[in-house]
Amino acid sequence: MEGNSMAAGADNLLDVKQTFWDRLRYFSLFLKRDTSGIIGLTLFGIVVFAALFAPVITQYDPLDQNLADSKLPPSWTAGGTRDHPLGTDNLGRDLYSRIIYGARVSLTVGFIGVIIALSLGVLIGAFAGYIGGKFDAIIMAPINLVLSLPYMLFVVFVASVLGRSLFNVIMIFGITNAPIFARVTRGEVIRIRETAYVESAVCAGARWWRIIFDHILPNLIGPLITLATFEVSAMIFYEAGLGFIGLSVPPQVPSWGNMLAAGRLYLTSYPWIATFPGVAIMFASMGMNLVGDWLRDVLDPRLRRSRK
Amino acid sequence: MATILDVRNLTTKFYTLEGVVNAVNGVSFDLNKGETLAIVGESGSGKSVTMMSILGLIPTPPGKVEQGEAIFHRAQGACNLLELSPKQMRDVRGGQIGFVFQDPISTLNPVLTVGEQISESLTRHMGMTKFQARERALELLNDVGIPDPELRYGCYPFQLSGGMRQRVVIAIAIACDPQIIIADEPTTALDVTIQAQVIDLFKKLRERLGVTIIWITHDLGVVAGLAHRVLVMYGGRPVEIAQLYDLYEHPSHPYTVGLLGALPRLDKREARRLVSIEGTPPDLLVPLKHCPFAWRCKYAFPRCWQAIPPLITIEALHQIACFYDLEKGAPRDE
Amino acid sequence: MNNSETLVRVIELKKYFLIGGGLLGKQHRQVKAVDGVTFDIQHGETLGLVGESGCGKSTTGRAILQLYTPTSGLVYLGKDELTTMKSADLRRLRTKMQMVFQDPYASLNPRHSVQKIIGEPLAIHGLMQGKELHERVAELLTLVGLEPAYMSRFPHEFSGGQRQRIMIARALSLNPDFLVCDEPISALDVSIQAQVVNLLQRLQEQLGLTYLFIAHDLSMVKHISHRIAVMYLGKIMEMAESDALFEQPLHPYTQSLISAVPIPNPRLEEKRRKIILKGEPPSPANPPKGCVFHPRCIQAVAECGEVVPEFREIHPGHSVACLLAR
Repeated sequence: MEGNSMAAGADNLLDVKQTFWDRLRYFSLFLKRDTSGIIGLTLFGIVVFAALFAPVITQYDPLDQNLADSKLPPSWTAGGTRDHPLGTDNLGRDLYSRIIYGARVSLTVGFIGVIIALSLGVLIGAFAGYIGGKFDAIIMAPINLVLSLPYMLFVVFVASVLGRSLFNVIMIFGITNAPIFARVTRGEVIRIRETAYVESAVCAGARWWRIIFDHILPNLIGPLITLATFEVSAMIFYEAGLGFIGLSVPPQVPSWGNMLAAGRLYLTSYPWIATFPGVAIMFASMGMNLVGDWLRDVLDPRLRRSRK
Repeated sequence: MATILDVRNLTTKFYTLEGVVNAVNGVSFDLNKGETLAIVGESGSGKSVTMMSILGLIPTPPGKVEQGEAIFHRAQGACNLLELSPKQMRDVRGGQIGFVFQDPISTLNPVLTVGEQISESLTRHMGMTKFQARERALELLNDVGIPDPELRYGCYPFQLSGGMRQRVVIAIAIACDPQIIIADEPTTALDVTIQAQVIDLFKKLRERLGVTIIWITHDLGVVAGLAHRVLVMYGGRPVEIAQLYDLYEHPSHPYTVGLLGALPRLDKREARRLVSIEGTPPDLLVPLKHCPFAWRCKYAFPRCWQAIPPLITIEALHQIACFYDLEKGAPRDE
Repeated sequence: MNNSETLVRVIELKKYFLIGGGLLGKQHRQVKAVDGVTFDIQHGETLGLVGESGCGKSTTGRAILQLYTPTSGLVYLGKDELTTMKSADLRRLRTKMQMVFQDPYASLNPRHSVQKIIGEPLAIHGLMQGKELHERVAELLTLVGLEPAYMSRFPHEFSGGQRQRIMIARALSLNPDFLVCDEPISALDVSIQAQVVNLLQRLQEQLGLTYLFIAHDLSMVKHISHRIAVMYLGKIMEMAESDALFEQPLHPYTQSLISAVPIPNPRLEEKRRKIILKGEPPSPANPPKGCVFHPRCIQAVAECGEVVPEFREIHPGHSVACLLAR
């Protein structure tokens, strides 16, 4: 048979039987080099765990005020108690519980915000990229305009008009981050549209819906996943920013941003009130960022890894 | 014939995530002054990596020149290229050894004019002043057959066609009167008629300057019109070294025979089928303890799987690495 | 099927691209990629289309398959005229004509399994599914010399030569009569090129295929083609049977092209006189007046710069577009 010569031993690695252990070893090689990815996953994993199991791992209700016990320092310093491992804030609320529950707010904003941004952005960007021409120019003009605005300023303005609520925060971030997804999607769609395999599909008689769903979308997933992880990290960060200036969720709701705002007044006297939420924000945001970096490296060359 | 470059046992490996790529496995050859040596091979044969190792251009993680020597018998005295410091190597490259690579658009700096790039080489290696360098660069542009050198001096690479860019690269290569020019697939990316122009240029320059050339290619047609000696590589090893006529008329390694048989020819009435070599080039991740060509070889017999065939001399100036004797039609006596 | 019947007829095919647009869409320059190309291909024949970069050969292939909409001209596949067809009819006709693409590293969707790639044309036209489709894919893989088990693998696991075979299997899945092969072997190693070319020839005999073989490697084109057309800057300069073209090239461009091709025979190479063309090929956006080749032609006379030479038959089956050909 042409092209098929099997003398002793395999002609190419295709025919070497790969056992489960081979694949595991291969995968662990990747993991070994990607320590930053592991760190990121761990950090972020802690945050997710906290959000999921908040009632189980906390002792106090995060909304419970107890002015008698207010401004208690962390348990390992003088004056702290075991009851409040990270101390209490200015209204006597347990910091540890508030941070754990705060994870819920951050993750909700991050994930749902990204889902909204992604859905809107990919739809717009895919249409603009696929149809092209004047349609593309017309759609992308406002998108590019929004992208060129100073982001935080714009968000602050809108938030102050709309008022404080979780829903508002999610909607604001969702909509204002859609343009970046639109732009990336459009670029990728244009690139994929020009590839030889799409031309081959057209040659075989494929119509537009097959091209979009079978060819374009599957190849979009890689870059989009990477972008999505970076955006989750960004949204957690922005929520903290909004909360710090008092425009995020209502003040009694335990969000890390709100906690920063509360602790701001006491930075020199009772620094832990703001410090611990700050560390939490850093964990979550940086963790997801590292995961994004790692994903970008893993998804890209994996696709292009070839035997010859 | 004086030897100008003596390569012994060159071995280069790349340490990648997928394993160790044994790109070059014990390559040895001589280069004689004034000759044109063609190094022929397909992808994965190690021909380019060999040259990059000699020129010190292997990125050192993940690559590593594990062993070997490359003694360059230059006018100023011999030295081992593999032992030079990066700074010394930079002096040699461009100065005493010129090089022409395949894709001129990636060799040339897109933000400098072509004239500046030639002058840069001249001021750096020959110590010329800017004015002298410019004059000389104009001469060189003329030498390589670029019309209107005054105008082209100020052009950027993207403003020139592929053939012209390659001529500019050649001009940079010969600018400092190098003793050796290494050309790695210099005409592969060019159209056939432009390729003929560039090869013609090389021949004229060779005659005028008497420079030694190493020409790396996969195209046996180009080799036939240009080389004096040919080195055929496969799987990171030399498998046949011969004088030009000997190689084409008495190819003695099954790979060489296969390669020549797989070519369609304008000079022959065609047989109905090309004789193809079955199988695919070897995967360099697997360190081999046997002949790298054994899988694809029609003549392979048990000995071929037991050891790596050494390079032996079968006739004057004709060496092969094979346990089988094609002429006799039987395994070689050892 | 009458073997001497004409399967493909191309008449005065033109494809111009407009360049230089902006948001307001003012396009002011035309690239005449294909400028009046006429030829026939008979059943079971291979017509080689050869030329250097920018000559328009790839564009011609795509324009014939209606992957580009021709600017003008007619294309007949059998009795059907393709340029004026409705898209639904054209889509149905795609089962009769397919393309083998140039770059085996870009022409297979990296996210699809081999089975999906080869089976896609059949799925698109709703011709087969399930078990039947699975068996057909296995059959096609065997036909091109690959293991049926490979169908669950992905493109990146294969070498260039193997990918090209997958591409060929896909092209054959609909049982087409006509295949346009656009530089199918240029990206492959020399020893693999022979394998793929042998495969194409075997398939032609076995299945009665008709090929338009587009390439720049003259030696390979001569080997595989029955007739050859030489293109330059969007026009055909010469067309003849393979042997006739090489024994007696009539057009100066063909002569220099043939003389420039390196032959792996050192004794011959030493004796050969190469016709070295001066200058570079002009840009298709700005073609010369008169004969498009005249600026680089050593035999050119004054008239060549003014009159566009007619493409006429000099000997039976041998046509040239040159004022000086007799």
